[in-house]
Amino acid sequence: MSMPARTPRRSGIRGGEAASGWLFTAPMIILLGMFLVIPVLMALWVSFSDWNGRGSPFSGSVAFVGLDNYSALVGGGGLAEQDFGTALRNNAWYVLLVVPIQTTLSLLLAVLVNRQILRGRGFFRTAFYFPSVTSSVAITVLWLFLFSASGAVNKLLAFIGVNGPNWFNDPSGVLHNIFEAFGVATGPAALTGNSFLGISFWEWLAGPSVAMSAFILMAVFTTSGTFMLLFIAALQNLSGDVVEAAIMDGANGWQRFWQVTLPQLRPTLFTVLTLGLIGAWQVFDQIYTGTQGGPGKTTLTPAYLSYQAAFTNQAWGQGAAIAFILFVIIVVFTLFQRWLLAERTVSARRMRLYLQTPTSGGSK
Amino acid sequence: MQRRNSRLLIGAGLTMVGALTLSACGSGSGFSNDSATTGGELTSDSSQGLSVLIGSSGDAETAAVNAAVAAWSEAAGTNAEVSVASDLNQQLAQGFAAQKPADVFYLSTDALAGYASNGSLLAYGDNLANKDDFYPSLVSSFTYDGEFYCAPKDFSTLQLLINTDLWAKAGLTDADIPTTWDELATVSATLTTGSQVGLALGSEYARLGAFMAQAGGSLMNEDSTEATANSPENIAGLEYAQKLLNDGVMSYASEIGAGWGGEAFGKQLSAMTIEGNWITGAMTNDFPDVNYTVAELPAGPEGKGTLQFTNCWGIAADSPNQTAALDLVEQLTSKDAQLTFSEEFGPMPSIMSAADEWKSANPTLVPFLDGADYATGVPIVQGATDVVSDLNAQLESLKTGNAQTILDSTQKNLEALLK
Repeated sequence: MSMPARTPRRSGIRGGEAASGWLFTAPMIILLGMFLVIPVLMALWVSFSDWNGRGSPFSGSVAFVGLDNYSALVGGGGLAEQDFGTALRNNAWYVLLVVPIQTTLSLLLAVLVNRQILRGRGFFRTAFYFPSVTSSVAITVLWLFLFSASGAVNKLLAFIGVNGPNWFNDPSGVLHNIFEAFGVATGPAALTGNSFLGISFWEWLAGPSVAMSAFILMAVFTTSGTFMLLFIAALQNLSGDVVEAAIMDGANGWQRFWQVTLPQLRPTLFTVLTLGLIGAWQVFDQIYTGTQGGPGKTTLTPAYLSYQAAFTNQAWGQGAAIAFILFVIIVVFTLFQRWLLAERTVSARRMRLYLQTPTSGGSK
Repeated sequence: MQRRNSRLLIGAGLTMVGALTLSACGSGSGFSNDSATTGGELTSDSSQGLSVLIGSSGDAETAAVNAAVAAWSEAAGTNAEVSVASDLNQQLAQGFAAQKPADVFYLSTDALAGYASNGSLLAYGDNLANKDDFYPSLVSSFTYDGEFYCAPKDFSTLQLLINTDLWAKAGLTDADIPTTWDELATVSATLTTGSQVGLALGSEYARLGAFMAQAGGSLMNEDSTEATANSPENIAGLEYAQKLLNDGVMSYASEIGAGWGGEAFGKQLSAMTIEGNWITGAMTNDFPDVNYTVAELPAGPEGKGTLQFTNCWGIAADSPNQTAALDLVEQLTSKDAQLTFSEEFGPMPSIMSAADEWKSANPTLVPFLDGADYATGVPIVQGATDVVSDLNAQLESLKTGNAQTILDSTQKNLEALLK
């Protein structure tokens, strides 16, 4: 039916465009397919199979086991569920603290080094960015030294009269410690008696362990520089006239930042939050080189658990299943945050603000 | 926009289908090779050289293994190449998945059950000419499902290390070396001062389990068919350790700022530690000024007890030349080879016929080898590593915890593995 309409596109000077388009993109599509899509699909199959690590996962002896691997993790009642719950708990606290802190800090740094009057801006930019270009393994080793029981950090704390914790060997939860300081050493029965994913609600509320807190500080230290760079780029892209207009309208510096600059940074903010979220949920190198999940499993993360299940316990299906659950978690969080940051029409309450000022120029 | 999307989808779909077809073809060769290779004839494709994969502790070990393998290669006329793995578990797993594994490799007791159950390993133990020479406790450490899988490479046991200078300073003599739990508690208290603790050790089953063994307990029965984690013996062992911790005469190494018992001992943060014979290397290299002696661990209510740690020489079921591999392993576990290894990098020989010579060569380390007579190994069942690491996590807070509760949860987890 639509043939007459389509024919012109096929002939003439632009006729071969589609074919050449595919031709030019083919190398990348093949590369991505070979090294990304196929492995991911294979892993998906493994997560539904009883493959045990010997030979090809597509050989005849490997059977489809449905959701067995997944149900062992989220409802098996055994050690696998408990470990997975612990790993999720640890990583959730990590994300909850790392993402907001690193985003705020990187924005702050970006605004600071973006100011025209700051002398030696180049120096500060380099200094703040430096941790980001250092390998995470090197920084982890540095961190292990800094935060050892008699390390530099504890020496510094001792200097101001604080008896520092034994960082990487302290499995106690930070929130639990705070509760304990107020005399609540054991949780109420409602929290200790009921559990989710094999660990009690009281344990969910433990907060990051002291060891995990050191990793949280490290993540903030290393990634803030990267995201600062993104914010600087965005800040330099903002046109000066909007800010000038705000100055003319009588907005002070604080108002200009919150009402004018920040809303314009929304796309960058989305990028930074998304990248931060993904990075924080996938934390692996630090755990692998630093603590291997200890002390007391409080630095176990799903990514490390997945590796451990597959490579040391030969539970490949379960390892793959953990990876896919992690994938779903990241996608859900990203969608939620996308919804949160979406552009919305101005609410009626806010609209009234603009309408009530009779002399407003309407330039907005 | 709409049209572009649908075209993109079709394109992506086609790529995926193509890719899947390709990968299915690629894996086609895997179909035929699935028959289990245990029991039957050994493969002997002599055109193939052997690859040996080891997880080395350092240059000394690498050089010693290289030399031993090269010597065998020359005598047997078969090529053999040693490579050192940076992450042994990962490299083994990759090899097995690709069905091109190393022919001969180091294998830990932790990994045995996993690889044995998926058919990656050749159960060649019964074909070994020197089979009866291995310590029986080591043989049972590498027996899975009734089959003796691989030849123990060497082994270590835990014993008590005593700092002789601090010992003398506290007014103790050789007659005070503890032989019972009560005596251990007493000397630990005597040796505990403001700046040092009597006894320091790692906060894990691989150390505290020695107390459980002395009380007559173990995590599982000898052939790993029954979980016995919450037996009264094990509880008694843990409660004894708990008492020492709470009395302040014993500490976890991590609590006093050391990475492991050996470091606490070397830095003289503790006067005694419980470690295996690997500690001698660290003492020579890092703490040459510390004088120490090795004593057998004190006997508990049920007599002497300690834990043993060992690795074996695994042979892959997919190896094309298993006959040569077996020959190599027999050579590497022979008395001469093991005594040379021991000289070069310190492990204890896994065969009984080398014991006397080893003892006369290492008179100060004799207690470690004596431990072989009463040592217990780790449970050999798939998933036990996870259970033990969960137990380790709980043992970190043993001070405030409850031995019964801790062992009950371990019991539950072990029982789940046997279902």
